[in-house]
Amino acid sequence: MNFLNASAVAGLAVLLAACGGGHAPPEQFGANPMLPAQQRGLLPSMNVAKPTPWGDRLPTVPQGYTVKAIATGLLIPRQTLVLPNGDILVAEGRGGNAPKLKPKDIVAGYIKAKGTSSVEGGNRLSLLRDADGDGTYETKTVFAAGLDAPYGLALVGDALYVADQDALLKFHYTTGQVHADGQPVKITDLPSRINHHWTKALACSADGRYLYVGIGSNSNITERGMTAEVDRAMIWQVDAQTGMHRPYATGLRNPTALAIQPGTGALWAVVNERDEIGPDLVPDYLTAVREGGFYGWPWSYWGQHVDTRAQPQDPEKVASAIVPDYSLGSHVAALGVAFSSPAMGARFADGVFVGEHGSWNRAHPVGYKVVFVPFRGGRPAGNPIDFVTGFRGDDGLTRGRPVGVTVDPRGALIVADDLSNTIWRVTPNAPSGSMPPPAASAGAPGL
Amino acid sequence: MNVVDERIRFALLPVNAVLVAGATSLFVGALLSDVAYFRSYQIQWNNFSSWLLAGGLLVAALAVLWSIVELFRSRWRAWPAWVYFVLLLATWALGFVDALVHARDAWATMPAGLVFSVIVVVLAGVSLAFAWSGLHRGVAP
Repeated sequence: MNFLNASAVAGLAVLLAACGGGHAPPEQFGANPMLPAQQRGLLPSMNVAKPTPWGDRLPTVPQGYTVKAIATGLLIPRQTLVLPNGDILVAEGRGGNAPKLKPKDIVAGYIKAKGTSSVEGGNRLSLLRDADGDGTYETKTVFAAGLDAPYGLALVGDALYVADQDALLKFHYTTGQVHADGQPVKITDLPSRINHHWTKALACSADGRYLYVGIGSNSNITERGMTAEVDRAMIWQVDAQTGMHRPYATGLRNPTALAIQPGTGALWAVVNERDEIGPDLVPDYLTAVREGGFYGWPWSYWGQHVDTRAQPQDPEKVASAIVPDYSLGSHVAALGVAFSSPAMGARFADGVFVGEHGSWNRAHPVGYKVVFVPFRGGRPAGNPIDFVTGFRGDDGLTRGRPVGVTVDPRGALIVADDLSNTIWRVTPNAPSGSMPPPAASAGAPGL
Repeated sequence: MNVVDERIRFALLPVNAVLVAGATSLFVGALLSDVAYFRSYQIQWNNFSSWLLAGGLLVAALAVLWSIVELFRSRWRAWPAWVYFVLLLATWALGFVDALVHARDAWATMPAGLVFSVIVVVLAGVSLAFAWSGLHRGVAP
């Protein structure tokens, strides 16, 4: 049995006798995570972040690396994009318009809101510029305003694609621009009814022909009804020219970030899995996305593990469900993914960085950091390594929550933090002489 | 009319019966919605149940409070007031557990939610019968 740890309902916890749920997370990484039996007490385990300012503190980075806040005071930064000239675009906003259906939604919404920023979302793109290459981004401009919870960003040639919570938009972009020329062109509408999971992740195929849009489910586990799940919990492949789309892969509960693997051109995703069946279920995952693949949601998880909360059941779909590649651990809330490059230093050259927003549905908090998943031969190999930590302190207070991560080919990791509304930049201290020059540095100034 | 008669007249005000009847009808509504969800998988019935239970608990809480007043008025001696209080308290407590079960997502509310709703309706019905019989006997429950 497993109950809660939220102060707002602590009295109920006493009434209902809490036991368990407070243990440290088990090793739940890689291809074969331990999956315990499902459990759900009368109250879900909750432990919501208690926000506090950074003050003089900084996030913790590995030895030989430096972290610096390059922009503060933003309006809910989520994802970033490094432009060819080194400028950084930041998508700011907060979406979703899911109605509260049950008394539970009102209570849970109130509790969960305590763990997030109270700032109003910006619904804009900000541009950060470090003109002299000294690591200080001295210029901040509003590149485009009046958007609707922008999230996914991608640049193909002179086309800048922005995934609002309701539409895929295209701006014309010229290198060096600090303001958009005008209004964007709509490539296609995106599913936006309810938008329980509103973030629209975006990646562009290596040849620029297709855009991939991650569309989250409209519920935790179908509690808004199956009709609300049409065109949800899937990745769309959108033709960049025509705006035509088709489902590329389905059954992905909330594909919150997408990335194209350098070299192979394969599409990878981080996916947030379902809540309320235990502190160690279900692992969020990192996976190469198979075209036409079905990944289980809502009927099953991690392959054929049936979730009876989704009714009526569908044994055929369950049988066809693909097991994801790599477990990141349950409830870590992976919201960002980026392939590394040798410019990040030898230890972190081959693999992906993953931004973990941090748990709420778990008495012992997990996530609240950026990890590095090492790769070998194009596949994940080994446990995640902490790369940026200290967002949640030993004092139980939370100073930041990582979302999007982006690798700057000049040798930096850009981390968006939507609690302290900060953009962090992590750089290796001294570029090692044995390191090959960054492959994608063409056009970047100062190199 | 003397003072004693006035006291009896006050005691006969059917506040309890009205409150318990209100709560019972809401709990019955929740049970019917549960049955509908159980048979149809249509999630809206589940939402209806949740709100009907919340409403039932609110009204039942008032009935519990009123029954405490009755306990005071009976100077803690009248056994019917005690039985009535315990019945109402049990109704509310199980109704609250039922509400927590209904706070689970989708089919995780079943079948426990349906079972609890049946028990709550039975308890609420017995409470109502008790309040009603008290009225008919002309004594405060």
